[in-house]
Parts: sequence; structure tokens; C-alpha cells
Amino acid sequence: MALPRGGLYHETVTSATVVASMPAPVVELLNKALVGELTVIDRNGRFRTDPLIPLWDGRYILMTSSILFSRKLEDIKRNPKVSLSLSDPVGVPAQPFSRATIQGDARVIDDDLHLGWYRLLPLWEAKEPIIKTFLKPMQKLGLPLFWERAIIEIEPKRVLWWPNGDTTQEPRVTDMGESAT
Amino acid sequence: MKVGEALSRLPGFSHAVLVVPDQNGYPLSVATSFRVVDGSVEVTPASTGPAVVRDTVEARLVVSHIRPYPGVGYDQRRYIELSGALSIGGPSWRFNPTAARGWDEQELSFPELCQRALPQARRYLTALSAERGREVKPQMSVGWRLFLATRLPFLTATIVPVFLGLAAAAYDRHFSIGLALLTLVGAVAVHLGLNVANDVFDTLSGVDDVNFTPTKFSGGSRVVQYGLVSLRQMMTLAAVFYVVAIIVGLVLVAISGLGLLWLGVAGVLISYFYTAPPLRLVHRGLGELCVALGFGPIMVLGAYFVQTGHYALRPLILSIPVAILVMLILYANEVPDRFADGKAGKRTLVVRMQPAAVIRGYVGAVAVAYLVIAAGVVFGVLPWPTLISLATIPLAYQTWKGLKAHYDSPYQLMSYLGKNVNLHLYTGLLLVAGVLLGILVRR
Repeated sequence: MALPRGGLYHETVTSATVVASMPAPVVELLNKALVGELTVIDRNGRFRTDPLIPLWDGRYILMTSSILFSRKLEDIKRNPKVSLSLSDPVGVPAQPFSRATIQGDARVIDDDLHLGWYRLLPLWEAKEPIIKTFLKPMQKLGLPLFWERAIIEIEPKRVLWWPNGDTTQEPRVTDMGESAT
Repeated sequence: MKVGEALSRLPGFSHAVLVVPDQNGYPLSVATSFRVVDGSVEVTPASTGPAVVRDTVEARLVVSHIRPYPGVGYDQRRYIELSGALSIGGPSWRFNPTAARGWDEQELSFPELCQRALPQARRYLTALSAERGREVKPQMSVGWRLFLATRLPFLTATIVPVFLGLAAAAYDRHFSIGLALLTLVGAVAVHLGLNVANDVFDTLSGVDDVNFTPTKFSGGSRVVQYGLVSLRQMMTLAAVFYVVAIIVGLVLVAISGLGLLWLGVAGVLISYFYTAPPLRLVHRGLGELCVALGFGPIMVLGAYFVQTGHYALRPLILSIPVAILVMLILYANEVPDRFADGKAGKRTLVVRMQPAAVIRGYVGAVAVAYLVIAAGVVFGVLPWPTLISLATIPLAYQTWKGLKAHYDSPYQLMSYLGKNVNLHLYTGLLLVAGVLLGILVRR
């Protein structure tokens, strides 16, 4: 398999060019989260939320979506404003537990549906090790379209963090609009 | 999902995520606790910093769950998204849901969810193609596409009867390696033609489009549904296989004699009209019989005739167990397909019969297959070493148990459908070995 253009995302994380203004506890949540609720705005201006695995490369929140479940991709292309909630104590096993919401602008990268998302694989595999097993050719034959995938790249704009996970308390708010660019 | 059903499931989740609009046009999602009260949801007010939620807004309430599986990933995925209006005020907020959607993988398996999502994938690819000004298609190498489209692993259904016919001919002191290879090429071409034509006609009739529970043993190759191969390419491929089969068949008739012609014509016609109109034999509950004839007597006797120039009782008797067992591959594979088949008017035996009768039919047919082998030996038609094929009886027992236990669970049934394919393969190969051992024992 040829490595896609741009290299693997874990290489990006170690790069000295990374701008890291995301609050450290939220980075911890992003690195531990097996699931986050991504909300997008649909064609009618209504919200649509789906659970997805969030990945963090040091600058962007990254997700990958099969074209089978591509409504969110269509929605992001029309309106990039999204919100990601990291809220589930089971699905986000960070210690100490806290909760965060990240609002940002998303971009769909779908120029190479077949191989482009392989850049995410090191980050994805760290959270879901079994994924590599499913990538064997005979395994992929079972659901070939599941492996035609786009990347969702979210540039964080605003982060709300609730230290003990208690969202009745005031969150700590970080505006990231400038620092991430 | 109905709102009432969604509300009844909410207490099974530890918390919810409330999604409201913020003043900058972004969605703002925040975790909160909740309780269901009289058809609505009482939500604990969440603090969202300066982006204060005010008045009544259209909102979403989302609950989700996974079970982490350390070193693997996670399972037990389920979520519900409720749409409705959120009223602010008082010590708690009130969310009145008007619509709901969701998924629970314990109720709708992930593979089935993927099959149901195929139209969305096609829409996305169409839109992307328009955006790019060129056709964007799913990618797969030609080799793998051919592997999928022809359903190559099922060739064992052809290899076994051809080998059996050749072994029977060798037992009668007739064997030519050249003719054996030519026979195999012709038989394989008919089988691949059948597989591809079957997909073509099942796509045209809509059977494959409404089948959301295909397995690797049933539901066709789905290469057309996945956009990997066009219908026209499939038609061409089927035609190529049939042309090869007919040419090889005519050569074999020229070499072996006219007696082979009628068998060959019957084989090609049964193969083609299996799903092709106007006969569509499989839609009339004749699929099992056609498969039994085609992959049993026709192939065994055909392979025998090519070598010997005549027909005989021994290959006919040998063909009966493999005919029954290959028929049972189709029969069992129809179990997960039965709802889609029924919707598309494909009235297979499994569609026509009650589950208990289907299972009784399976047991009865397997018993007949083994009895024919035993009787063949007792009456001196089959050499006694063919009795080694009875060694597969435990495999038949396991398949029956699995069929009975997982009749309504397509994906749990899958491993037993695999055992059923192996039952035909192993029994057939042991019969071949038995006949060949018979040659040694006789000497």
C-alpha cells in the first residue's frame, strides 16, 4: 500500500511547527476519548449529532467517516460550524474525569477516499487496535464501501472545559480562533 | 424510531448531551443530566459560560453508549438523538421531543446498518463526481473485483463433482489428463457464468437491492450494488464465461460423442435460466432441484462420459450424495436471504416453508445422502473405501445444530453456513478418495 501524500498524522504531532494552545486537560480528554458527539448543521439549519472517534494531532481534531454515513460530510461542506462534546465517563476514560465542548470550523478531506484516510491510522489504531485486522484484503471485501472514507478536520475555535465534569458549574473558556491559525 | 420508544430507552443512559445554537451560529453541545417526565425530558440547566441559553430554542438531546474493550476497541454501540424544543426557566429546563432517530448495534447489526446505508454512499459519490467533474468510484483492484464478482471460492461445488466423475472413470480404467483438464475448464466456465448471471438477474429483479443481510455465503456478490462493477460489465463477463463453456463443450462433444451433447445443453440451460427470465427457475421453488442436477449428475456423469464415452450406474450413484449436499448449500444459504427473496417474489423452498419444516428438510436430506453411500457399498455398486465419507457426519450434526439455534440471526448463522459448504467439500473429496482407494484395494 502506498503511503498517502502528507505522511502519517502521528508524524505531524511530533513536528516542531505544531501550535499547541489547546488546554492540557482537554488534550488529555481528546487523547483518551473513544467517542465524542459531533454536531453539525444540516441543509435545513437543524442540528444533527453522531458519535465518532475524535483524534488529536496537536493542531486539529480529526475524525474519519465512511461514505456510507456521509450525511455529516455533506452538511459540513455546506456549513463548517461544528461542536464536539467529550462527555461520557465510560467512553472518555481520562483521569481525573472532566468534560469539554469544542466548537470549531470543520473541513472535509475527500480527495482520496481510498487511501487518504490511512494518514489517520496510527492515531485511530491507538484507540481501536482491532481496526488493523479489518484492513486485511479478505476482510475488506466484506464491506468495501466502509473503507472508502473521508477525513473531517476540525480547527478548534472555542473550548469550554468543566474541570470535574459538572456542567452546572461555570466552564473555563479558551478562545482559540487566532492561535490555531 | 418513535419518540415514545426513544423516551422509554433514555433511562438506560447515564447522561445526555444537549445541543443548542449559540450567538455565533455554532452548535453548542453540553453534557447534562436528565429525567423523563410525562412524555418530555426534564434537563438539569447547564452552564455554558458567556454563551447563555435563553428562552425557547430548537434543540437536540443526544444519548450515547459504548463499552470499551481494552486492547481491542469497543462494542455495544448505541445512541439516540431526539429533536424538539427546549424551554428555559425555573430550576430545570424542559425538552419536548417531536422526533427521534438512533441505532443500537445489538438490535441492528453493523453490517446490516452498512447495507442499509448504500444509497447514501451512492449519493455522496454522485455529488463528489459532479464536484470534481470526473467519475469518483470505489477503488478495488481488477483481481479482487473478479474474485468478488465471480464468487470464486464457490468453485468447490464444481471441482468436487468433476473430480468424482474422473475418479469413477479411473476406477473403470479410463483416464486422460488432457480431457480431464478440458472438462474442468468447461465446468468452471459454466459455474462462473451462472454466478455472474445470477447477480445480473437478481439486480434487474431488485432482489439484491432489498437484501440488507447478505453474508459471504448468500445475497450475491453485490459488486453492482457497491458500484465496483457495472451491470453492463457483469453481463459481458457472464457472456464470456458462457461462450467459453459452449466452445469447450462442443470440443468435448466432438471428441467424446453426441451422448454428451444433451447433458451439456441441459447444464447450460439450467445454469442460465436459473435466475433468467422467462423461466426464472429459482423463483419457482426449483432452484434446489436445478443446483442438485447441475452440480450432481450432470457434472459427475459429464466428466465420466468425456473419459469413457458411455454412461454407467456407479457415477450416477456417486453423484447423488454430492447433489444433495450441494443443494443443501443453496438451501441453507437461502435462510438469511428469505425475507429479501420473499419481497422480490423469489419463492424459494425456504421462503415457502416454515422454519421447523426447513430444518427437518435439512436433516432428512443429509440422512438420504449418507444412506445412498452406505446402500451403494452394501449393494456392491460403490467400492467399500467410499465409506470413509461418512466421517463427515459430525460436521453435518454441527451444521444442523447451528441452523436450528441461529435461524433468525444471519451473522451468527454465517459460521454454520461455512460448515455446510465444508460438509459438501469434505464429503465429496472423501468420496473421491474412497473411489481412488478402491482402485488400490481392487489391485
